[in-house]
Amino acid sequence: MKKQNIIFAALFASLVMPLSMAMAASSPILDEIKKQAGGVEFSAERGKTLFSQKFTGGKPDTPSCTSCHGKSPQNTGKTRAGKAIAPMAVSKSPERYTDAKKVAKWFRRNCRTVLGRECTPTEKGDFLTYMMSQ
Amino acid sequence: MKKAIFTLTGAFVLAGMLSSSFAYADGPDWVPPIRDKLVKAECGACHLTYQPAFLPAKSWKKIMAGLDDHFGEDATLDKDAAQKIEAYLVTNSGRRKWNDSWGKPPIRITKLRWFVKEHRGEISRRAMKKAGTMTNCKACHLAAERGNYDDD
Repeated sequence: MKKQNIIFAALFASLVMPLSMAMAASSPILDEIKKQAGGVEFSAERGKTLFSQKFTGGKPDTPSCTSCHGKSPQNTGKTRAGKAIAPMAVSKSPERYTDAKKVAKWFRRNCRTVLGRECTPTEKGDFLTYMMSQ
Repeated sequence: MKKAIFTLTGAFVLAGMLSSSFAYADGPDWVPPIRDKLVKAECGACHLTYQPAFLPAKSWKKIMAGLDDHFGEDATLDKDAAQKIEAYLVTNSGRRKWNDSWGKPPIRITKLRWFVKEHRGEISRRAMKKAGTMTNCKACHLAAERGNYDDD
């Protein structure tokens, strides 16, 4: 009986764990953006660069995502008006990137604010892939 | 006698004007808090939900018309939300009707004369460092979100 339980547990773990890990890197929102991007492979590395890079085309007070979100996606950020921003990393804020309307709104606003233009689907995908890996 | 009455009335009128301007110069200790869920969620995503009573209707219209550059950030909303929020802000705006001859309607509460006067010399360097910015009311006025600014 006990042995059986262990076998079941092992079976369960070997089946479900890789599945949930694969799910962590994917989401309906990301799938939709991937379609828009013409199926390119997204890169967490490029997403990291996008997040930390300084831009000159946007509004002067916010040259980078990190201006408000802070250097690490694991940490709490702060708006210019002094309000706390929950960490961007999915591991710290699991409720993030689940509401398509919300995601679209903040990409629109913040890309315009920081880059001075809307982000491309590839940039959005890279960004989300990075945050979902964090 | 008539002269005396005139002088007396004049004095009263003057006193009345002075005291009302003083009352205004003090700024309100309490304003009605925001009760609308949408306004709370959208405006409150980035900053304290500054109560509409702090600015006249004209100011709120100007702020809502300029959300693409909202104090240095893009804060654009979808049309439906923007209309609902503007209606709430205008309906609950400060009672003073804005007269165009007064010039441009203010958009920064922190630049209003009573605000500047009330805060002058009141904030220690340590408190300012903690708040980070004058727009972070809650750093000192703990119940600011509820419209209570009486704790200074």
